[in-house]
This record gives sequence, C-alpha cells and structure tokens, in this order.
Amino acid sequence: MNNTLFNNLGGEGAVDAAVDIFYRKVLSDDRISDFFDDVDMERQAAKQKAFLTMAFGGPNQYSGMDMRRGHAHLVAKGLNDSHFDAVVENLAATLKELNVSQEYISEVAALCETTRSDVLGK
Amino acid sequence: MPTKLLFEDNTYDCNQNESVLDALIGHGVPVPHSCRSGSCQTCLMRATKGTPPESAQKGLKETLKAQNYFLACSCHPQEDMEIALPDADAGRFKATVKTVETLSHDIVCLGLHCEQPVDYRAGQFINLFKDSTLGRSYSLASVPTRDTHLKLHVRKVPEGRVSGWIHHQLKPGDSVEISQPIGNCFYVSGNPEQGLLLIGTGSGLAPLYGIALDAITQGHTGPIRLYHGSRNIEGLYLTEELRALAKQHPNFSYTPCISNTEFVAQEGYATGRALDVALADINGLSGWRIFLCGNPDMVKSAKKKAFLSGAAIKDIYADAFTLAAA
Ligand SMILES: Cc1cc2nc3c(=O)[nH]c(=O)nc-3n(C[C@H](O)[C@H](O)[C@H](O)COP(=O)(O)OP(=O)(O)OC[C@H]3O[C@@H](n4cnc5c(N)ncnc54)[C@H](O)[C@@H]3O)c2cc1C
Ligand code: FES
Repeated sequence: MNNTLFNNLGGEGAVDAAVDIFYRKVLSDDRISDFFDDVDMERQAAKQKAFLTMAFGGPNQYSGMDMRRGHAHLVAKGLNDSHFDAVVENLAATLKELNVSQEYISEVAALCETTRSDVLGK
Repeated sequence: MPTKLLFEDNTYDCNQNESVLDALIGHGVPVPHSCRSGSCQTCLMRATKGTPPESAQKGLKETLKAQNYFLACSCHPQEDMEIALPDADAGRFKATVKTVETLSHDIVCLGLHCEQPVDYRAGQFINLFKDSTLGRSYSLASVPTRDTHLKLHVRKVPEGRVSGWIHHQLKPGDSVEISQPIGNCFYVSGNPEQGLLLIGTGSGLAPLYGIALDAITQGHTGPIRLYHGSRNIEGLYLTEELRALAKQHPNFSYTPCISNTEFVAQEGYATGRALDVALADINGLSGWRIFLCGNPDMVKSAKKKAFLSGAAIKDIYADAFTLAAA
C-alpha cells in the first residue's frame, strides 16, 4: 500500500491529533456510539489509532482476515452498511476539521471503501 | 488443545478462552486475585519456563517484564508454561503498622513504615496482603516529600475480608506484606499552568489528596479543583484539612458534593453528584488534566464525559476501585 497519504498528512503525529477528534465524534453519534462505548477508553483509542493509520494508508498489520475476525462480534450485534457509512462520514468530518483538502478526504474514503465487505463480513 | 501449566509440582490444563487464573482457581488452587481485569496486579505470577504473552504484561514495570512476570487473570497462554508465585523479594516488602486513625465512620487511615525507602508517586497504589493468597489494592494518600510513612485510606466494605481485617484487627506494631507501588495515576511536573480537575467518591479521595498536595508542593500554578462526592455529609472526611488548604493556596479549591436527593442545601456543600457539579462549574475541559478515582461506575462515566467535554485521552488518569467479585 502506498505511504504517501499517511506521510502527507503528517505521519503518526497527525494520526494522534485525529484520534481524539474522531473518537469524540463517534461517541457522540447516536447511530454508532454503542459500538464504540468500551469500558477501556485507552484500548478503544488504540483501536481507533490503528484504524486511522490504515485509513490514511500508513504502515499497518491488518489483513482482510483480521478485519473479518475483529468485527465479527459487532456484525453479530447488528453492524451494517448504514453504520459503516456513519463511521466514514465522521472520519471525513474529522479531516475537514483538521483542514485536510477535499482531494485527500476522498482518497481516505476510497481506502475505507476497500475494507467494507471484510468489516461487514460479507 | 488445552495448554499445560506446571505449578508447585502439579500440572493443570488451561483451556482455550481460560486465563491462567481461571484454570488455577477452577482446580481449587489458591492464588491471590481481586479485580480480574488486569488493573490491580494482585494476581502477579512468574513464568519460570515458557514466555507469557505480551498482553499479560500490560502495566508491569520493565524490570518485572524482563523477569517474565505476568498477570494471571490476563494470561491466555500460547504454550505450556511453568509458573510460580512471585519470589518473596520481587516487589514485595515487609511494612510495620505505625498508625490506625479514624477518618470517618467507615474509613480509617493506615500509616505504614517500611525499613527500606519505597520509591513511589502520590496517587499510585500498593497491594496489601492479609496472607499469601489474599491481597487487595489501596491507593497512597501520602506524598514522598512530605510524609514519613505510607498512608492509606481504607473504607470498610460490608463483610470485606481485607478491609474488615484492617479495620478490626490491625494495630500499631503489626507486620504486614505489601507490593511495590503500582499505577499511572499521579501528577507529573511540566505544564504547571494546566488546569487540574480531581473527582473522587468515597475513599477515592485518598489518591486525589496525595495528588493535590503533590501538585501544590511541586509548584503547580494553574487551578487545582478537587470535588469529593458522597451520599451524605457523614461520608465525607478530611473536610477541615481541605478547606484550610484551599484558604492557604488560592489556586486550589475543594468542593464537597452530596448526592442524596433528600439533602437540604447547606452552606459549604454542593448538591448533586461530584461529576455533574464539576462539569457545571467548569465550562469545557479542553486542555485540562483529569484525575478520577473511586466508584467504578463513576469513573467510567466521568472518563467518557470528561473526554466528550474536550479533555484529551492522554490527559485523563483514573483508578477505578474495582471490588473482587463475590
Ligand atoms: C486500583 C485500586 C485501588 C484501590 N484503592 C482503594 C483505596 O484507596 N481505599 C479503599 O478503601 N479501597 C480501595 N480499593 C478497593 C480495595 O482494593 C478492595 O476491593 C476493598 O477494600 C474490598 O476488599 P475486601 O477484601 O475488604 O472485600 P472482599 O472480601 O473482596 O469483599 C467484597 C465483597 O463485598 C461485596 N460488596 C462490595 N461492595 C459492597 C457494598 N457497598 N455493599 C455490600 N456488599 C458489597 C462484593 O460483591 C464482594 O463480594 C482499590 C481497588 C483498586 C482496584
Ligand atoms: S490484575 Fe489480575 S486480578 Fe487484578
């Protein structure tokens, strides 16, 4: 996977800045907050960080199989396309808040799109 | 395929999805434990053969990790292991009870003296062992630079095995065993202008008292706001000391909060839950450093609300006083 988007956004520092904003958005979003309402916020934030690193095309250790396994319990709880869309929407809003250009935001959304079927276990 | 655990000359099966703690307890082997969620470290054990998974070493000091110590409740072994309880010298100390002081109708302050100096930060906790298989976590209310003894605030839990023993049996001169100080809930200098918000319920005041004094001693200049919550006035303690401290240090404030809905408003006390009172007082927590201690439900919801009110996750420090399951 190409590394340029991750680097252009500012690498790990940019991901850290984005995690808090993004996680705050999903926790406040009634459509999806239940899926993110972990007791252990640090652990949940670490997961967000891994997700954002992936979404920015950064170095990641996710395989399609990991994606399936990692989300299976959420799919069992009813995770579907509308939730997936809501997450992508929150991510786009996060990037906007960080003054990322629309061009990059579209690129991030496209990267997320490639994981949809694995995440939703289709 | 279950993995095999060799412990004190016996072999036990550890099934998939079972932790080392579950496997041992399931076979009737007594090992200390309390929270079962990786935070109290009373279930500390050591692998003398085999490598514990990284996830079972979360929160341990590097020196302990390097010696293959791990938390039995969080350990799902990937391979057969030979395991042992911690060596007598590994992070366990003998301490002598110096004082047992009544702070309120259900809280005592236990003062402990250690032969060797203990390196700790105010707000960390230690595990106190009643015997080799029964230990519980208690937070440090003392400050290394101010106090000569370690100080704990112990609330008496109904039928509590360790808290009951502390309240009814321990007396000055008794010798007890304690662990090394543990945990990340403490003040670090740097950024002295940052606002500090401390919220605690019940004996959750213990670490916050230490942290507040520590911050003041280290010259913190930003606001330090302490909210102590209780159902009724009788549940509060150190009220006079804290009011005096607030008079002495203008950047420190203390707000005792009474949550009982039948409480008739009274000067010097806020009505409502400590968390709600604090959030109503302070307009947005962006840039604040937060310390949360005590009741696990309070800690959980306060973490979330503080974060949603703008505090960064890295600025939220918390110790939930999780009780052992029945
Ligand atoms: C990190 C950490 C720090 C801690 N710091 C402190 C501290 O500074 N001060 C402090 O006092 N405690 C603190 N605790 C809690 C402490 O470790 C013990 O859990 C507590 O003292 C009870 O232990 P026990 O052996 O007396 O009770 P146990 O013998 O373990 O009995 C607890 C039992 O009582 C039941 N029970 C619990 N609460 C109630 C209740 N309110 N009413 C009725 N039944 C109940 C439980 O279900 C359980 O069965 C801390 C815990 C953690 C994890
Ligand atoms: S850390 Fe294992 S029982 Fe608390």
